[in-house]
Amino acid sequence: MVSLTIDGKPIKTKKGSTILEAALDNGIEIPHLCYHKGLSVAGACRLCLVKIKGRPGMVASCLTEVAEGMEVIAFDEEIDETRRLIVELILSEHKHDCLVCEKNGQCELQDLAYRLGIDRVRFSVEKPNEELDNSSEVILRDPNRCILCGRCVRSCAEIAVQDVLKFANRGSEMFIIAGLNQLLAETDCVFCGACVQACPTGSLTEKLARFQGRSWEFRKVRTTCPYCGVGCQIELNIKDDRIVKVYGVEEGPENKGHLCVKGRFGFDFVHHEDRLTTPLIKRNGEFEEASWDEALDLVATKFSQLKQKYGSDALAGLSSAKCTNEENYLFQKFVRVCFGTNNVDHCARLCHSSTVAGLSRAFGSGAMTNSIREFEKADVILITGSNTTENHPVIGSLLKHVARYKGVKLIVVDPREIELTGYATIWLRQRSGTDVAWINGLMNVIVNEALYDEEFIKSRTENFEEFKKVILKYTPDRVEKITGIPKRKLIEAARMYARAKKASIVFAMGITQHITGTDNVLSLANLAMLCGNVGKEGTGVNPLRGQNNVQGACDLGALPDVYPGYQKVSDPKIREKFERAWRAKLSPKEGLTVVEMMNAASEGRIKVFT
Amino acid sequence: MRLYRSHVLVGMDTFTLLAGARKVKEHLIRQIEKRGLSDEIKVLETGSLGITNRGVVLLIYPEGCYYVNVKPEDVPEIVEEHLLKGRTVQRLLFKGELERKAVALPESPLDVRRQSRVVLQNCGVIDPENIDEYIGRGGYEALERALFQMKPQEVIEQVKRSGLVGRGGAGFPTGLKWEISAKVASEEKYIICNADEGEPGTFKDRVIMEGDPHRVIEGMLLAGYAVGANKGFIYIRGEYALSIQRMEKAIKQAYEYNLLGSNILETNFSFDLEMRKGAGAYVCGEETALIESLEGKRGEPRNKPPYPGTCGLWGKPTVVNNVETLANIPSIIVKGADWFRSLGTKETPGTKLYTILGHVVNQGVIEVETGITLRKIIFDYGGGMKNGREFKAALVGGAAGCFLGKDMLDVKMDYTTLKSYKAVLGSGAVLVMDTSTCIVDMLRCILDFFKRESCGKCVPCRMGTDRLYRLIVDISSGKGTKDHPKLMLELAQMMNKASFCPLGQSVLLPLSSAFKYFEDEVMEHILDKRCPAGVCKMGEK
Ligand SMILES: Cc1cc2nc3c(=O)[nH]c(=O)nc-3n(C[C@H](O)[C@H](O)[C@H](O)COP(=O)(O)O)c2cc1C
Ligand code: SF4
Ligand code: SF4
Ligand code: SF4
Repeated sequence: MVSLTIDGKPIKTKKGSTILEAALDNGIEIPHLCYHKGLSVAGACRLCLVKIKGRPGMVASCLTEVAEGMEVIAFDEEIDETRRLIVELILSEHKHDCLVCEKNGQCELQDLAYRLGIDRVRFSVEKPNEELDNSSEVILRDPNRCILCGRCVRSCAEIAVQDVLKFANRGSEMFIIAGLNQLLAETDCVFCGACVQACPTGSLTEKLARFQGRSWEFRKVRTTCPYCGVGCQIELNIKDDRIVKVYGVEEGPENKGHLCVKGRFGFDFVHHEDRLTTPLIKRNGEFEEASWDEALDLVATKFSQLKQKYGSDALAGLSSAKCTNEENYLFQKFVRVCFGTNNVDHCARLCHSSTVAGLSRAFGSGAMTNSIREFEKADVILITGSNTTENHPVIGSLLKHVARYKGVKLIVVDPREIELTGYATIWLRQRSGTDVAWINGLMNVIVNEALYDEEFIKSRTENFEEFKKVILKYTPDRVEKITGIPKRKLIEAARMYARAKKASIVFAMGITQHITGTDNVLSLANLAMLCGNVGKEGTGVNPLRGQNNVQGACDLGALPDVYPGYQKVSDPKIREKFERAWRAKLSPKEGLTVVEMMNAASEGRIKVFT
Repeated sequence: MRLYRSHVLVGMDTFTLLAGARKVKEHLIRQIEKRGLSDEIKVLETGSLGITNRGVVLLIYPEGCYYVNVKPEDVPEIVEEHLLKGRTVQRLLFKGELERKAVALPESPLDVRRQSRVVLQNCGVIDPENIDEYIGRGGYEALERALFQMKPQEVIEQVKRSGLVGRGGAGFPTGLKWEISAKVASEEKYIICNADEGEPGTFKDRVIMEGDPHRVIEGMLLAGYAVGANKGFIYIRGEYALSIQRMEKAIKQAYEYNLLGSNILETNFSFDLEMRKGAGAYVCGEETALIESLEGKRGEPRNKPPYPGTCGLWGKPTVVNNVETLANIPSIIVKGADWFRSLGTKETPGTKLYTILGHVVNQGVIEVETGITLRKIIFDYGGGMKNGREFKAALVGGAAGCFLGKDMLDVKMDYTTLKSYKAVLGSGAVLVMDTSTCIVDMLRCILDFFKRESCGKCVPCRMGTDRLYRLIVDISSGKGTKDHPKLMLELAQMMNKASFCPLGQSVLLPLSSAFKYFEDEVMEHILDKRCPAGVCKMGEK
């Protein structure tokens, strides 16, 4: 910790932080426009200039590290005057149409102008009105409101790692360019909106939100993105019970404000006109609108009749990993208590059941062993069976970010050339379906070259000798024949993974959806354990899951063989416990999985599905 | 070795090339052949002969006789009269003792200031495209001495003791700069020769590179040896076609002689050298913007600290030195620090190259000991004011320099003295103006330059330079108000305090010095809508 004073106020802050960070953390609002938390520092707007006792002139507080005993002057007449003149200059060519600007009320320039009391603007220049870039379906670019702070440029390069937005020209002719001076829709833009979130003014805005509400009218609700398993934290901006726009929550532990196009802009389905708003009952071959009472009565009667006629096990229910914990709990309880069967399952069965099977066997749980942001701490990350930038874009961006800015080496094992192969130090191209072989091949090299973590193996694993026997059969030569991966590259990758202080493994459905899916997962777990890459920061075996609440749906028992908390249905003691709690007789028989349900239904054994 | 009766040196620099020096040279050779004199007379190419803006320049030895404004059609006469019959061609002769003194002439029996030529000692004397001639004049002796007799630290000590300060503008002690990089432990370190020379009215580095390219290479080698760097880059102004060509050739020759490359002179010192061309941005002469540009990025300055000395090119310790700075090094190593200290002033010893331009009789680059006064530069070396007009002001240090009026004529033109007058020596450009110059118009040109050259990174400079230009255009077109000078100073002062890099910070210098010396003239533009020098077309914009 470092102690300093800012305008006489004593402050303690982390070593290595800048004066600006220290000030903001302590509620001292030093003006700034180009600084944005989470982005690199440009020092371009010069509004955060402060004085330091004993040093001549002013320094940019965003670029100056704190030092013990430093006495900072953040506000005095000269500094205020300098800041005012800078803001006055910015205003002198800014389009003054706050009246209809989407950022009105939350524009950093507006706030600053007000705060500094800029009541006159000299130096005004007439600038021709530039055309808006309306090409994207979700982002509107208005160059006339741009103050060239470069936050969009940096977010596109550093958060999205997409490099679409750049500065063009120089001096007073500088402007922000998309691609090769193209319309945004014609560039490599992935419409993640990182730039929109970073823009302090109304230059980059959400197109769908245009004229849908003023900033002060919104009710804000923090929730989890309904799409993939990254679980980004989002903030809904709601007016009149309609979602108008979505921000990434900067404190979100996974996404730190970043979102992908789905999370940020893909909410139109919520209010889509094709959605049902009342129950429909099919009468005479036609759907007719009905009241909830009518519909529920009908369903309840039919279910009861069918249950009586065919027995409990002719009924089945599918829950969803996109539902909340509460909903999943209620649903499985409903199936178990009311239907009287364990025929309950959910979609995780189809993507990552092999992960759950494999990882529960290896570690006792099917979740990621480490948290997402720990990728920043790894030295090497092995990615396989995951086209991360397509399927888990926010993690994809993070992986590109760590490869480019944090010096993390990526090993990508994928038969296809995906975006991440462009960021990889090593790319291994296996023949489809030969995953066990190459993973064994890596372990073969690691064992032969004694690169494994002996201490870890001794204290934390079992059956190493037996394991070795199998592994030793997978010589690089043999593996090359099976997988098509050149021996030289396999060895290189094995050394890189094993020699790293902290190496992490990332995988997704390219690993799990094979007949050998469970074995693939187990092999990856073995690889991690072999090198002691479990239980440490920045390491681990990390399945990227498909839905935003896979964990919850499983934890809460939307599975045919377990009650909430993975308690076995087949265990009579446990069953009795649940019978007491739920005051109902429960079936002792494990239920059907999704796939089994479907087969049973087609054979006529399942009569009711919900 | 064949002995020739006469040598004809053809000055080949950017100016003379444009004036047709190649053609003159071809004619000379042909005429000499035609008369069967090829065995007696040798035609040689050399760098700048120190006479600027006088067309093609020839120097004939042993007489030490200069011809200027030579056209191809003059060649038969020169060959016939001078080389055959021994009679000088009066009409082409570079005349007058004053004029003769005014330029930095290469060694000749008449040259009284031979001792003050350090950097330019070979310029106009040797064939810059021939490494043997450089070696013949003691070239690469310093390298040999350093490699075989000195430890790197001793090289640094010697440079430190010499008191050499950077000639690129900032005047930072060179030895200290090297020491900082030498102390950082790093596998990779770099030496960059800043040959971007973008300061308006400055072409001293060009004269060095065109006239004696190996001296620059040797300076870089010595810097590399001293700090432990094995790789160098010359970041050269893209428009300097002849410098590029000569530097390229020199690098190639040095590689052939194993003066560059691995295990130089069979020692364990290795040094590779590459040249990179700048794309015409003034700001890329600023060392950190230069480094960004070298890395292939947008030419914008970086924040300092960290300074390049510890964290420069690709994050590695990097020494950035100006061409002239580096060209001083070989002599310092061979002749010693004490010898260097015996030249010039105590605070900034050695010589300095000045580029004299504007309304003087002789324009060009001179090398003189530091401590010379402005008056001497203009009236002695510059040959006085052109057309007998009166001296009005000199802009010293380039666009980012200062206007010095009559009362400053006797001020010494060195880093420390000028600093005490809140002026700068900068690149050593001296732009001399007589009374036909309008200060408002000069300011307009300067501000136009800054507006074009601002990189745009920071708000004060990006917008400030643009607004300053607009305001000065107002004044020069008769639309200025009494508030204009005040507003301009307010802006420039803010830019001085708040700009990211020295480019934006230094606009205040020319502006405030012009307003200080020529307030009346500026006010006349504003109040009377009149340009006393008759330059500004009032009423037009
Ligand atoms: C806007 C700007 C332009 C500059 N241009 C040049 C240049 O063209 N050549 C040069 O040698 N130094 C230039 N400099 C100075 C360099 O930043 C640096 O100080 C110098 O190259 C260091 O070399 P020295 O120590 O040998 O003088 C410039 C500085 C600024 C701020
Ligand atoms: S939406 Fe994302 S990819 Fe597109 S320009 Fe903005 S930051 Fe870059
Ligand atoms: S578009 Fe927004 S974020 Fe980008 S430079 Fe302009 S004002 Fe800054
Ligand atoms: S002062 Fe600012 S805008 Fe001007 S050249 Fe330097 S960094 Fe660029």
